[in-house]
Amino acid sequence: MKSLRKFVDKIKPHFSKGGKFAMLHSTFEAFESFLFVPNEVTTKGSHIRDALDMKRTMIIVVAAAVPALLFGMWNTGYQHNLSIGMEATIWENFVFGFLKVLPIIVVSYVVGLGIEFAVAQIRGHEVNEGFLVSGFLIPLVVPVDVPLWMVATATAFAVIIGKEVFGGTGMNILNPALTARAFLFFAYPAWMSGDTVWIQGLKNGEGIIDGFSGATPLANAAAGLFDNLPSTWEMFLGNIPGSVGETSVIAILIGAVILVATGIGSWKIMFSMVAGGLAMGLIFNAFAVNPYMEIPAWQHLIMGGFAFGAVFMATDPVTAAQTEYGKWIYGFLTGLLAVLIRVINPAYPEGVMLAILLMNVFAPLIDHYVIEANIKKRRRRVRVES
Amino acid sequence: MSDKEPLFSSKNLKLLTNPLNVENPITVQVLGICSALAITVKLEPAVVMAISVMVVLAVSNVVISALRKLIPPRIRIIVQLTVIATMVILVDQILKAFAYDVSKQLSVFVGLIITNCIIMGRLEAFAMSNSPWTAFLDGIGNSVGYGVILIIVGFFRELLGSGEIFGYPIFEKIGIYNIGYENNGFMILPPMALIIIGIIIWVQRSRNKELIEES
Repeated sequence: MKSLRKFVDKIKPHFSKGGKFAMLHSTFEAFESFLFVPNEVTTKGSHIRDALDMKRTMIIVVAAAVPALLFGMWNTGYQHNLSIGMEATIWENFVFGFLKVLPIIVVSYVVGLGIEFAVAQIRGHEVNEGFLVSGFLIPLVVPVDVPLWMVATATAFAVIIGKEVFGGTGMNILNPALTARAFLFFAYPAWMSGDTVWIQGLKNGEGIIDGFSGATPLANAAAGLFDNLPSTWEMFLGNIPGSVGETSVIAILIGAVILVATGIGSWKIMFSMVAGGLAMGLIFNAFAVNPYMEIPAWQHLIMGGFAFGAVFMATDPVTAAQTEYGKWIYGFLTGLLAVLIRVINPAYPEGVMLAILLMNVFAPLIDHYVIEANIKKRRRRVRVES
Repeated sequence: MSDKEPLFSSKNLKLLTNPLNVENPITVQVLGICSALAITVKLEPAVVMAISVMVVLAVSNVVISALRKLIPPRIRIIVQLTVIATMVILVDQILKAFAYDVSKQLSVFVGLIITNCIIMGRLEAFAMSNSPWTAFLDGIGNSVGYGVILIIVGFFRELLGSGEIFGYPIFEKIGIYNIGYENNGFMILPPMALIIIGIIIWVQRSRNKELIEES
């Protein structure tokens, strides 16, 4: 460790102003602070100092998503072997999935971080850590068979148009990982929906055994094939077709516990989003004019990306509502809209993505009215007293 | 008449060139966005639209400028609208007669040239207070500025969305589909037109710093 520190100190002058590589100043800084906690502190004004800086925050979110990723890797192999009728051990399934998912992770990180570094270089500011999480979430929300160049295009779009034009990490209106997914969904629908994209190999026409269907629960429900829905336990455990990391509610719940325990993810948003989804489900149950409306409200919570969206996407601190009251409203409406879009519009089976993006747009408005209401309340109190 | 300025004095030339860059109707004045979203999925309708707007704007500019001293100020808007509507109907009929397919594709958007803010804007801001010749140049300049943006947007949307240029399947001819490329369906949807215009605005303002508004 000491020799590393010495080495970094030795090459530092080259990257400072006037040095040989002054151009690469922010790249150097990023790596230095990646290796060592920076010893600079803010000098002006009063600040709350906390051991939990942005890097720790980001790494905890990544850690929370790891169970979902590991399960997704296993599930990729499991589904593939199921489709071709092969018996395989847990380990074989995992290795198969690992080799399929790893390239997506690598592409997402290389493209995203590449752009982040380039932009930081051009603008002359520090490289932000924001993409550490986005880059990890993107592979979790895409089907395993999506071509890598599409992942690269979508990542580039999400980072440039979704984030950098607004001013980089912390300034973006839309969740970058979901922006990437929405881009893929609208640009290449053939790879993002249907019955064949969710399982490795089906899209390329590899042989499958008779009677095997690669449709996700949501696709089955949208098509009215309620008998084909997997059992509740299967949907909860997650050994069903779907995007890489979204299928297993158990793995996502482990992540939720980590996020809530460390205080990084807002439990208010998660809780109110579940409440919103349940509320909309119950409203549909009350009317129940078509079979999709009749499925139990709680079943919406374990189908598709609802759990994943509630835990990892809606709670993104940048794009969610910031005020405490606002979080309740934001979460509730997200859950409500997600189920509404799912059931009412068969063209968009995955309503969660669209609901979260829509509410991302409205989050600042919600905050504005919460703050206004608070100001009004306090002003009234002052008037009464005086 | 000795102080009569030449037809293409530098001041008059500015009328032609300014709308291409620092006074561009779409990227700087942010007018006419609606049609830029609607008819730029393919290049051909975009070009036809650009030409139609050019004819309508140039002629109405000249007509209004010639009548400017006769038009009572209180009813000037309705007079301007009458002139524009007449021109639009003429253009629409000509398109229907000689370019029926394109006319079909443009559908209601030819009629909607009447409501294109660029045209009303130029009549009101320029033609009402300038001579016919300068008004003509102003009309050509602004409609070219508008058309250039339409064509840039249309080019990217058709190339990336359908893999064609003017209907010629260029991507198929170079065989890019064989290596796994696919058309981007998002390009065909209206939001992408907005994003492309946004990128054009971004590029333009980063090259021309004086256009950046103070925030």
